[in-house]
Amino acid sequence: MSETIRLVVNGTERTVQTVEQRRLLDVLREDLQLTGTKYGCGEGQCGACLVLLDGKPTRTCILPVSAAVGKEITTIEGLAKGNELDPVQEAFLEEGAMQCGYCTSGMILSASALLKENPHPSDEEIVSAMNGHICRCNGYPKVVGAIRRAAEKGRS
Amino acid sequence: MKKNNPNRSGQNGELEANSQLSEFALRRRTFLQVVGTGVMITVAGPRARAQSGRGDTRNAVSARLFLNRDGTITALSGKVEEGQGPRAELTQAAAEELRVSASQIRLVMADTELVPDDGITAGSRTTPRNIPEMRQAAATARELLTELAARQWEVSPTALSVTEGVVRNSSTGQKVSYQDLAQSSELESLFENAVRTTTTVTPVADWKILGQSLPRPNARDLVTGAHQFPSDIRRPGMLYGKVLRPPSFGAPLESVDLSAAQAMDGVVVFQEGDFVGTAASTTHQAEEALKAIARTAKWKLPVHRATHETVYDHLREHARRSDGRVNGNGSVEEGMAASEKTLSETYTVAYIQHAPMEPRAAVAEWTDETLTVWAGCDGPFRAQNDLREAFGIPAGKVRVIIPDMGGGFGGKHSAEAAVEAARLAKAAGKPVSVRWTREEEFTWAYSRPASVIECKAGLDKSGHCIAWDFTNINAGGSAIDTPYSIANTQISSVGSSPPLRQGSYRCLGATANNFARESFMDELAAATEADPLEFRLAHLQNERLRAVLQEAAAKFKWTDRRKQLASDRGIGLACGTEKNSVVAACVEVLVDKNKGTFKVTEICEAFECGPILNPSNLLSQVHGCIIMGLGGALTEEMEFKDGSLLNAAFSRYRVPRFRDIPKIDVHFLENHSIPPAGGGETPIIAVAPAIGNAVFAATGIRLRAMPMRGLKGRGA
Repeated sequence: MSETIRLVVNGTERTVQTVEQRRLLDVLREDLQLTGTKYGCGEGQCGACLVLLDGKPTRTCILPVSAAVGKEITTIEGLAKGNELDPVQEAFLEEGAMQCGYCTSGMILSASALLKENPHPSDEEIVSAMNGHICRCNGYPKVVGAIRRAAEKGRS
Repeated sequence: MKKNNPNRSGQNGELEANSQLSEFALRRRTFLQVVGTGVMITVAGPRARAQSGRGDTRNAVSARLFLNRDGTITALSGKVEEGQGPRAELTQAAAEELRVSASQIRLVMADTELVPDDGITAGSRTTPRNIPEMRQAAATARELLTELAARQWEVSPTALSVTEGVVRNSSTGQKVSYQDLAQSSELESLFENAVRTTTTVTPVADWKILGQSLPRPNARDLVTGAHQFPSDIRRPGMLYGKVLRPPSFGAPLESVDLSAAQAMDGVVVFQEGDFVGTAASTTHQAEEALKAIARTAKWKLPVHRATHETVYDHLREHARRSDGRVNGNGSVEEGMAASEKTLSETYTVAYIQHAPMEPRAAVAEWTDETLTVWAGCDGPFRAQNDLREAFGIPAGKVRVIIPDMGGGFGGKHSAEAAVEAARLAKAAGKPVSVRWTREEEFTWAYSRPASVIECKAGLDKSGHCIAWDFTNINAGGSAIDTPYSIANTQISSVGSSPPLRQGSYRCLGATANNFARESFMDELAAATEADPLEFRLAHLQNERLRAVLQEAAAKFKWTDRRKQLASDRGIGLACGTEKNSVVAACVEVLVDKNKGTFKVTEICEAFECGPILNPSNLLSQVHGCIIMGLGGALTEEMEFKDGSLLNAAFSRYRVPRFRDIPKIDVHFLENHSIPPAGGGETPIIAVAPAIGNAVFAATGIRLRAMPMRGLKGRGA
C-alpha cells in the first residue's frame, strides 16, 4: 500500500507518496527527479547508485526507501554549495577523472566521505575505500589521482 | 513545427538554456521549410540528407557550422560522446581552424534533426575522418568570413588575417569581429558555399588549440550530476517500461495471460506477438506487472548444445573454412617443408560483454504521428532507420537524439531499447522510458565473439621464421595480417555458427588475433632460445612498430630485467598495429606457485597514433584500454548453458576494479609524418599476450586461453 514518507534530501524535507519497498534509488530518480544518482547493477556491486546517509556511503539500489527515513540523504546534487563545488568535484575536473562520467557521482560521494574520515589517505587507503566502485571506461588511475589531489587541497 | 525546436529536447541543461542553438535551429527550420518546398533541393539540409540515405554529397559549410549573431559558432557532428572524447576534440578542431577560443564553439552532437549523418561512432573513425571534415569546414568558414570582410573593405583577402575571432588588416589597422560579420545579410548564403578542398588547414606545428588537453566541455555537469544521460531523460507524463524476456536465447512465446497485470491500476500492458511489455508511473509498478505476466508465460525452449566450455569445439566444428578470407605470400607448404623446426598451437578467446556502466536506455515520445527518441546507442541515423522500419513511417517523422551516454566500447551499435520504448509509448499514448537492467544488458546485448585461433610456423636453421599459417575462427579479420616480415604466409579469417549474439567490441578481433600472434611469436622465440625482443626486431621492418617496441623496452629496462629473471617474477612483451596506430607493452607478473596464481604488477606501454589531438584525453583512453584489456586477459568470460547466461551480474562476472590496477606507465611517441589516427582501441591489443608471455618467462607454462585465470592444473 502507498504511504506518505518523509525524507530529508540535501538539507530539504521532501514528502513522497510511495510503497515502502521501492528502492531508494528509484524514489530519488523518479519521484524527486534527482537523476545524478545512477542505476548500474541492482545488486550493490558497482557504486553508481551511492549516496550518503548521515554521511555514510550507502548503495541505494538495494535499499528500500523506508530505510532512509529519519536520515540525512546527500546526493551528488547536494554536494556543491551553490556554485561552489566541493573540493572533490573540483579535483575530478582538474584531473579530468571522468570518461563517460556515469560512475562519477557515486565515486565523488565515496571520496568525499573518505576524506572527511581520513583527510590524508595513502594510495592504498584510497584504493581500499574505492574498490566497491566500478568504472567500465576503466579510468581508475585518474580517479585515484583526483582523490589524492583533493586531499592535497585539504592540506594547503 | 514543434518538432524542429531543439529547446524542447531537454537533452541537457546546457541545451535548454542555449540561445545560440535556438537561433541556429530557427534558421535551420527556415532552411528546412525551403527544402520542403523543393526549391533548394540541390542544397538539401540534414533532414533531406538523412532521407536520401548515406553517400549523399551534401557538402555546404552550414551542414557543419553556423555563425550565431552573438559571434559564437554552432558546430554539428553526427558522432556520439560516450566517454571517448569527441566532444572536446571536435570542439578543438572547429576552434583551431576558425581562430576562436574553444569556449566560442557550441557543439551539437547526434541529433538527427540537426546534424549530418556521420554513420555510427565506431572503429576509431572520428579522429581520421570526422576531425578532418570539421577542420576543413571550419577553415573554409574562416576563409569565407575573411572574404566577406575583404569585400566590405574592398581589399584582397590575402591582406587579412584572423586571430581570436577578429579579422584584421595589419596594414590599415582595420578590424571586424565575427560577431559584427554575423549581422551581415549575406551570412546565410555565405555558409551555403561548399566546403573547399583547396583550403589549407593549420599545420600541426602551428596548432594552438588542437594538441592541447582541453577538458570535456560539459565536464562540470558530470561532477554535479546535472548531465542527463539517456536513462535520465524525463518527459511530461512519462511512464517507465519493462519488457518480457524469454528464459533462453531464441525461445518463442507459446502463451501468456495478461489479465492479472491488466487488472493493476495505472498499468499499461501491451502485447504484439512475442513482444510483451508493461508501463507504469514507477519502475516498481511496471516490474510488479511484468512479474505477474512472467509467471503465466509458457515458452517453447529450443535446444542449445554449446556451453562456455564446449564453445571452442563448437566453433571449430562449424567453421566455414572454405569461404574464409585468405591472405598471404609465398608458399606456406614450401616454407614448412624447408623449415628446420615447425610449431603448431591453438589459442582460444572467450565470449565477453562490454558491460558499459549505463545499460541500454531510451525514452520515446509520439506527437501527431511523429516520433522523438532519446536513446543510448552510437548510431543516431541507424537508430532512426530501425525506428522507421519498425513503424513504417518516413525518416522525416523520426527524430533520434543521443545525449552523451554512459559508455559503449563498440557494444551499442544497436538500438533495441529505442524500438521497445517506442512500441510501449505508442500503446500507452504517453512517453515511455525503457532502461535495461544489468542482467538484461549482460544477456541480451551482443557480445564480443569467442574464437579459436590455429597457428603453425616454421623456423629455418638460423632461427628465422620462414613459414606462418594462421587461421582465426569466428573473431574476424581485424589485425589478422602479421606485421612481421615472413617469406611464406597463409592467413585466414573464417566464420562459424556463433552460439551467442555477437558483434563489435573495442578493437574487434584484433585482441584475439594479436593474443594468438604475439603469444605464438614468443613460443617461436623460446624455441630458438632467443630474447623475445630481439626475435621480434629481427622480423620487423615496420619502423613505427619498431619504434614503440624499442621505446617500451627501454622505459621498462627490458634487457636488464631479463637478466634478473626469478621463478616468482616474470616479464613479457608484445606489440601490434591496427587502425593506423602502433602499440607495444612490457609487463611484469608476480607468481605464487603454491597457490597457482599470478598477479600483474606492472605494465609499461608505448603508443603512437600520429599527431596527438588531446594528450589528456589520449592518456585516459590508453588507461582505459590497458585496464579493460586486463579484464579480458584475466577474469572476464560469459558463462552459458542451455541458452542462458549463468553470470549476468557484476557479482559473478568479474571486471577490473581499483585493486586490480598495477603500476601503469604510458609513453607516447608523437609522429607528425602521418595524419592523426584514433587512439581509443589499439592500446588494448598488446596487454593479454604480454601477460601470458610474462607468466611463461617465470614458470615455463604457456597460457593459451583468454581469460588466463591462473596456473592450476598446469603443473605449477
